[in-house]
Amino acid sequence: MTPSVPERTGADEALRFPLTRSCPFTPPDAYQRMRGREGLTRAVIPSGEQVWLVARHADVRAALSHPAASSDARHPAFPALGEGEQAVAADLRPFIRMDPPDHTRVRRMLVGEFTVKRVREMRPAIEEICAEQADRLLTRTPPADLVGEYANRVSTTVICRLLGVPVEDLDFFRRITSVSGSRTSTEQEVNAALADLFGLIDRLIDEKSADPGDDLISRLATGPLARGEITRRSLLSQIGITLNAGHETSRNMIPLAALALLRHPDQLARLREDPSLWPGAVDELLRYLSVADVITLRVATDDIPLDGGAIPAGEGYIALLGAANHDPAAFPDPQKLDVARPQRNHVAFGYGAHQCVGQNLGRLEIEVALRTLFDRAPGLRPAVPLEELPLRSSSAIFGLEEVPVTW
Amino acid sequence: MVSPAEPHRLRLHADTEVCAGAGQCVRAAPDLFDQDDDGLVVLLRTEVPAEARERALAAADWCPSGAVALRGPR
Repeated sequence: MTPSVPERTGADEALRFPLTRSCPFTPPDAYQRMRGREGLTRAVIPSGEQVWLVARHADVRAALSHPAASSDARHPAFPALGEGEQAVAADLRPFIRMDPPDHTRVRRMLVGEFTVKRVREMRPAIEEICAEQADRLLTRTPPADLVGEYANRVSTTVICRLLGVPVEDLDFFRRITSVSGSRTSTEQEVNAALADLFGLIDRLIDEKSADPGDDLISRLATGPLARGEITRRSLLSQIGITLNAGHETSRNMIPLAALALLRHPDQLARLREDPSLWPGAVDELLRYLSVADVITLRVATDDIPLDGGAIPAGEGYIALLGAANHDPAAFPDPQKLDVARPQRNHVAFGYGAHQCVGQNLGRLEIEVALRTLFDRAPGLRPAVPLEELPLRSSSAIFGLEEVPVTW
Repeated sequence: MVSPAEPHRLRLHADTEVCAGAGQCVRAAPDLFDQDDDGLVVLLRTEVPAEARERALAAADWCPSGAVALRGPR
């Protein structure tokens, strides 16, 4: 706490939000207090606006599935956390910041690509990508960065293959995302990177309209775009958010999950002994780490009644996924990492009609990336003390900037 | 409606109008649910066998959009 940024403002007792994690593996400590007391907390976000924070598991699910929960970034009370984020979202209108019926229409263009069945068919391709990237990592002289040299390469390769971004454009895509996702980039640099990304997608839409392949951009270009069901500008935005969301979450989650397992050798030993525990372990790691904690920004278009009180109509709120996922009412002993935990109803992918469209792909990617890594590098361990790892805490998705490892 | 012959049985209902295509029901109970090519929920059966009761309850609980509902004695 510094004098210029007090934890609490004087007159209204409102908390400054977002909060930083005291430990990279656990959502902020203050969430515990928020779940107690009234259950709803008033907070001030960087724009100076006041918002409500929802912290209990039952309340978070209710607040995200209520018909009055609006995701529309054009609403004046939309509680954007980043500078310029609201203007960009209101202009580009990615479907994660839309309401029905617009949201339903766009989401249904994408959701068939991510069914349980379709994702299961992707397993061999993802195994091949992870094996190739693990081999590449392990031929280096340690220490090497698990974020840049493994997780980022895996996640960008997977999402680009699904969308149909050619292999020769992968390095260009990685350069763009390293700028747009970095906390050290200026607003100007981020805008230039976004322009580059849209330029790349624009070119691919042209190429695939003329010569379609077996990929998502081809199907969207020759389907909804060709039929006039979506504008080219909106399509650019929807492909952009799918590429970004699809790689940033896995890129941040994979190294953090690897470290979490290394810190719990008993849990890692259970997975080595019984690999059938892996799918459940991935859900437990998603719950435990909750990297997308503050992604669910909403406005109440009508009063939303919750156990902890009502969110009044017209006000902005944030449903804290990490707070919900550490609610002892839903997850006994929530601070414990238990790869065989029976409760699987976490909200790491959100809840309601906006729950992550790529969640089945995300689960598979995290599982295969971790299994491949631990299989091929049984001696994997961090190369620096955990306290020295730089956080990406200003990013919408929590993660570590780099994770030097040895093996 | 619950069949008089099987009063303990839960019945499944799926609403494709509100379905978000998240696939949670398929993960929870692959013997009861599937997704069509567009990702929307498909019921593989409407009566829940006794041994699938827990899976059916999980499917309704995990469903993020309220598309999956259970009717009958809990």
